[in-house]
Amino acid sequence: MELIPGVTTEHYLVLSLILFCLGIFGILYRRNAILMFMCVELMLNASNLALVAFSRMWGDTGGQVFVFFIMVVAAAEVAVGLAILMLLYRNMGTTQTDVLNKMKW
Amino acid sequence: MERLVTLIPLFPLAGFLYITFLSKGLSRSFVGTVGAGAILLSFVASVLVFSTQLHGEPVVVKVFDWITAGSFEVDFAFLVDPLSTIYLLFITGVAFLIHVYSAGYMHDDEGFNRFFAYLNLFVFFMLILVLGDSYLTMFVGWEGVGLCSYMLIGFWYKDMRNNDAAKKAFIVNRIGDLGFILGMVLVFIYCGTLSFGELYIMDTAISGLHGEVATAAAILLFVGAMGKSAQIPLHTWLPDAMAGPTPVSALIHAATMVTAGIYMVARSSQLFQMSETASAVVVIAGLLTSLLGATIALTQNDIKKVLAYSTVSQLGFMFVALGMGAYTIAVFHVITHAFFKALLFLGSGSVIHAMGGEQDIRRMGGLKSHMPVTYWTFLIGTIAICGIFPFAGFFSKDQILAHALEHNIPVFALLMLASMGTAFYMFRMFYLTFHGHFRGSHEQEHHLHESPRVMTIPLVVLAVLSTVGGFIGFPHAIGESIGIHHWLDHFLENTVVMSYSTLSAGSEVILAVVAMAAAAVMIWYAFSVYVKKGTRALEDDEVESQAHRLLANKYWFDELYDATIRRPADALSGWLSRLVEPRMIDGAVEGSGRLTRWSGEAVRTIQNGSLTTYLLAIIAGVILMLIWLN
Amino acid sequence: MLTLALIALPLISALLIFALGAKPARTLALGSSLLSLLLSLGAYYLVHAGQTELLAFDQAWIGPLGLRFAFNLDGISLVLVLLTAITTPLIICSTWNKEISNPHLFHGLTLLMVASMTGAFTAADGLVFYLFYEIALIPIFFIVMSWGGENRVRITLKFFLYTLFGSLFMLLSLLYVYHHTPNGSFAFEDLYAAGRMLSAGEQGLVFAGLFIAFAVKMPVFPFHTWQPATYSTAPTAGTMLLAAIMLKMATYGLVRIAVPMLPDGIMEYGSWAIVLSVISVVYASFMAIVQKDYKLLIAYSSIAHVGLISAGVLTGTDTGIAGGTFEMFSHGVLSVGLFFVYDILERRMGSGEMARMGGIREVNPLFAFLFFAIVMGSVALPFTSGFVGEFLLIQSLATANIWYAVFGGLTVILGAVYMLRAFQLMMLGEANVHTRSFAALSRQETILLSIIVALVVVAGIYPAPLLDIQAEALHNLIGSFH
Repeated sequence: MELIPGVTTEHYLVLSLILFCLGIFGILYRRNAILMFMCVELMLNASNLALVAFSRMWGDTGGQVFVFFIMVVAAAEVAVGLAILMLLYRNMGTTQTDVLNKMKW
Repeated sequence: MERLVTLIPLFPLAGFLYITFLSKGLSRSFVGTVGAGAILLSFVASVLVFSTQLHGEPVVVKVFDWITAGSFEVDFAFLVDPLSTIYLLFITGVAFLIHVYSAGYMHDDEGFNRFFAYLNLFVFFMLILVLGDSYLTMFVGWEGVGLCSYMLIGFWYKDMRNNDAAKKAFIVNRIGDLGFILGMVLVFIYCGTLSFGELYIMDTAISGLHGEVATAAAILLFVGAMGKSAQIPLHTWLPDAMAGPTPVSALIHAATMVTAGIYMVARSSQLFQMSETASAVVVIAGLLTSLLGATIALTQNDIKKVLAYSTVSQLGFMFVALGMGAYTIAVFHVITHAFFKALLFLGSGSVIHAMGGEQDIRRMGGLKSHMPVTYWTFLIGTIAICGIFPFAGFFSKDQILAHALEHNIPVFALLMLASMGTAFYMFRMFYLTFHGHFRGSHEQEHHLHESPRVMTIPLVVLAVLSTVGGFIGFPHAIGESIGIHHWLDHFLENTVVMSYSTLSAGSEVILAVVAMAAAAVMIWYAFSVYVKKGTRALEDDEVESQAHRLLANKYWFDELYDATIRRPADALSGWLSRLVEPRMIDGAVEGSGRLTRWSGEAVRTIQNGSLTTYLLAIIAGVILMLIWLN
Repeated sequence: MLTLALIALPLISALLIFALGAKPARTLALGSSLLSLLLSLGAYYLVHAGQTELLAFDQAWIGPLGLRFAFNLDGISLVLVLLTAITTPLIICSTWNKEISNPHLFHGLTLLMVASMTGAFTAADGLVFYLFYEIALIPIFFIVMSWGGENRVRITLKFFLYTLFGSLFMLLSLLYVYHHTPNGSFAFEDLYAAGRMLSAGEQGLVFAGLFIAFAVKMPVFPFHTWQPATYSTAPTAGTMLLAAIMLKMATYGLVRIAVPMLPDGIMEYGSWAIVLSVISVVYASFMAIVQKDYKLLIAYSSIAHVGLISAGVLTGTDTGIAGGTFEMFSHGVLSVGLFFVYDILERRMGSGEMARMGGIREVNPLFAFLFFAIVMGSVALPFTSGFVGEFLLIQSLATANIWYAVFGGLTVILGAVYMLRAFQLMMLGEANVHTRSFAALSRQETILLSIIVALVVVAGIYPAPLLDIQAEALHNLIGSFH
C-alpha cells in the first residue's frame, strides 16, 4: 500500500519527527517573534504529516479530516498572531522576544 | 403579714428612688425627713413582723419567680424566722437613729441628697440580705451592700484617696464573694436547692452534703464571710473604709454590713456543725483577727481608725463564738456591738464635727467640758465595749469567754488578752480625747461646741440601748438561780444549732469577776499613763521601738499584699501585653501571613518574562511527563 | 413565615435605602429596625403561646444534594433574635448626631448585616447557617473598611481573612457529618442524629473543626488577636454590631450545632476547648487591666465575658446553655452601652485615652451615674443582667469541674479590678483641663443610655421572661442527648 515504493510509514514519521524537532529548536534558538511563529507553523505541519501518514496506514480518513481542521485553525491563528505581532512592532519598535520581557514579576 | 414583710425593704427602696429622681429643689430637711421616715416605716413594720415571730412558725414569703434555668431554680423569697426578724429589728432601729443623726452631721455637705439616697439604698440591700430565703437572694443583698459601701466610702469622690479606699473595699470583698459563689454552687450541686427553708428549716436537703464536701462548702462560704466581715487575711479594707463619712462608718462598717458574715455563718449553722475542720478554721481566723485588731488599735492615733480596728477585733470575737458552736452568742454580740459601736462611731463623729474635721486624737484633749452629752454617752459606749457589768458588752463578751473556757483553754487565754487590749486602747483613746488639755490649734478650740440635738438624741438613745441591751441574753447559769432566763437563746433555739454552757453559776460569777477585774486593771493603767502622768501619744517620727513600728504599720499587711499580689499581677499583665500578646500570639498570626508573602516572593522569580525560558520549561515538562508515563 | 419576614424586612429595607440615597436613610433604617422589633415581639408571643407552625419555614433548595432552605424560630433562637432586634435601633440611634459620609450605604450595610445575622440565628439547616454566618462578614468588612479609623485596610484584611479561614473548618466539619447522614441532609435533626452515631474520637475531631471556627469569631484565646485592633479601628456603631450581635453567632453555633451534635466528643475530647475558654477569661482580664485606652479595655473585657459563655455552654448542661444564652443577651446589651459610652467620650475628648480624663462625674453627674450602672452590669452585680448569666455559667462550670469554676470565677474579681479602675480614672477625682468643659449629654444620648440601663436592671431583677421562654427549646435540645 505504499504510495511511493520503498517509502514506508516509518519514513514519513521520521520526517515528521525531524520537522517537529526543527520547529522546537527554532523556537528555542530564535529571538525574533516572526521566526518563532514560523517554527510553530513548522511544528503544526509536522504533526499534520504524521496524521496523514497514520490515516493512510490505517485506511481511516478521520486523520485527514483532522488535518483540514488544523490547517483552517492555523490559518486563523496566523491572521490573529501576525496582527498581534504587527501591533507589537508598531508600539515597541521590535519583535525580538528578549526585548519584549515586560510580563514578569 | 406576708405583704408587710415585702414592704419592709420596699420603704427604703422607695426612699432611694424618690430622693434620687424627684428631690431636685426640695429642702434638705425635707429630704432628711423622707430618708429617715422611710427607715422608720420599715422599723415599725419590722416590729410588727417581729411580734408575730414571738410565738409563730417560720414563714417563707415568695415574692416572685426569679431564676429558672433548666434544673436550676431559685425563687426570690423572704424567710421570716426569729433570726431574720431580730436582725431586722436592730438594723432598722440603728439605721433610723443614724439617719436622724446624719441629717445633722451632713447638713452642710453639698451631697446631702445623694448621701441619703445611698443610705436608703444601703438599708434596702441590707434588708434583702437578712430577709433572703436562699443563699442567692442573700447574695443580692450581700453584693448590694458592698456596692453601697463602695459608693459611700468614695462619697467625697474628688479626693482620690477616698476612691482608692472604696475600690479596695470592693475588690477585697469581691475576693470573698468568689468564695461565697463557689460555696453556693457546691451547696446547690449536692443539695439541689439554695433555699434556707428547704436546707435548714425543713432540714432535709442538707443531708446531701457530708464529709469533705461539707468542709469545702463551709470554708468557701466562710471565705465570703471573711471578706464582708473583715477577717484575716481579708481585713485590710475595713480600716481604709473609714474614708467615708462617719455615719457611714457607724452604720455600714460597724453596726450592720460587716456583721453580715456572722449572720451568714449563723444561718448556715447546721452546715458548719457538720465539719469540725471548717469550725476550727473559723475559730483560728476569728482569734487571729481579734488579736490583730486589738494590738494594732493600741498604736493608732486616728479616732476612727482606733474604732475600726476595734471593730475588726470584735468581729473576731464573734467568729470565735461561731466556730465554737455558740451561734446565738455570736448573734447576741452582734446586737450589743451594733449598739455600742454605732454609739462610739456617732460619738466620734460628734467629736470630729466639733473639731472641724480633725480626726487625730493627738490634736484633741479636754473635750469633756465642751461637749458633755457626747462625753457621757461616749463613756457609756467605752465601758460597754470593755465588758463591764451591767452594760451590754459585758453579757455577750462574757458568754463568749465562758464558751472558750469550756472548750479550749488557749483560745480563752488569747481572747482574754485581746479583751484586755480592748480595755486599754479604748480608754487610751477616751482619755486622750476628752481629758487633759486641748492640744489642737486656737481656731479649733474656738470652734468647739456640743453637737445639735438632732445628733445628740440618737447618741442618748444608743447609750440607753448600750446600757440595758445586754439583758436580752442573761447568762443561763446565773439567770436560772435568780429567775431571769436567756431570752435570746430561747427565741432562737429552733433557728440555729444551740450549744448551752454547762458552767455552774459559781464559776460563771468567778469568770465574770476575773474578766472585769482584768479590764479594770487595764483601764486603771490607761488612766495612770494618759491622765495622771499626762503622757502624750508619740508623733509618727518619734516612734522608735520595733514593736511599736510593727503595730503602727498594721503588721505591714498592705505592703505584703502589694509585694506579693498586686505588683506580681501588674508585672504579669505588663509581661502579657508587651511580650506574649504582640510577639507570641499575634506574632504567630502575623507570621502565617508573612510566610505566605515570603513564599510568593520566592516563587515569583521564576516568572522572568523571557519567552524562551517558558518554552524550555514547557518542553522539559512534556519530556518529564512522557518519561514518567512510561 | 414570620421568621422569613424577620430576615426579609431588613434585607428589603437595605436595598430600598441603597436606592433612595442619603436623605431618608436614617429615618428609614430606624423605622425598619423598629418594625423588626415589633415583629420579634410578635414572635415572642407566638413562641410563648406555643404556636410554632408560623415560625418554621422549609423549602427544597438544591434537591439532588438534599439542601433545604429551612428556618425555625424556637425559644433559644428567639433570645438572640430579640437581642438583634433590640440592639439594632439602639445602634442606629447611636449614630444620630454624627456626620457620616454616605449614610445610605452605612445604614444599608448595617441592615444587611442584621438580615444575615437574623438568618443565622433562625437557620434550621447547617448549610443555611454557614451561609448566613459568612454573608454577615461582607457588610461589616465594608463598614470597617470605609468608615474605620487608623490602619483600617490592614486591620480589616486581617480580620476578614482570619475569620474566613476559621469558618472553613466549620464547613469541613459540617461536610464530614453531612456525608454520614443516611440520605444527605444538612437539616439540624439529621446532623444531630448522624453526629451522635460517630465514634467519640471522630466526634472529637469534628468538634475541633467547629470550635476553631467559632473560637476565631468569638474570639477565644489564642485566636483573638484580630479582635482588639478591629474593635478599636471600626466606627463605634460597627464595633457595637461586632461585639453585641456578630460574635453571638459563634456562641449560638456552639449551642445549636456543636453541643447537641457531638455530645460524646465534647465529653471525652472537648475539655481542651473549655480550658482554652477559661484561660481566655483570665488572660483577657489581665490584658484589660493594663490597657490605657478605654475602647481597647472594653474589647478585652468582651473576650473575658465571651470566654465564660463558651466554657459554660460547652459543659452541655441545661444550666450552662440557658445561662449562656441569657448572658449572650446581657453581654450584647451591655456592649452597646459600653461602646456608646466610648462614643460619647470620643465625641467630647477626641479619644478614649483614660489618662487624659478624670473628674467627669463632677462636671456631668448624670453621665457618670448611667455609666456606673452599666459598669455594675459589666462586673455582674446582682440585680443586673450580667449576674444572672454569669452565675448560671459558673454554676454549670462547677458541675463539670470545680477548678473551671474557680478560674472562670476569677472574672468576678478581675472584672471589678479593671472596670472600677477605668471608672475611677475617667470619672472620679477632680476635673482637669481636658474634662472641665465636658459637654452635657444630649437628649438622645440620655435616652439611649437610660434604655440600656433599664434593660440591664430589669433583666437582672426579673430575668424570667428570657429564661422561661427557652424552657421548651432547651428541653428539646438537651433531652435529645441526655
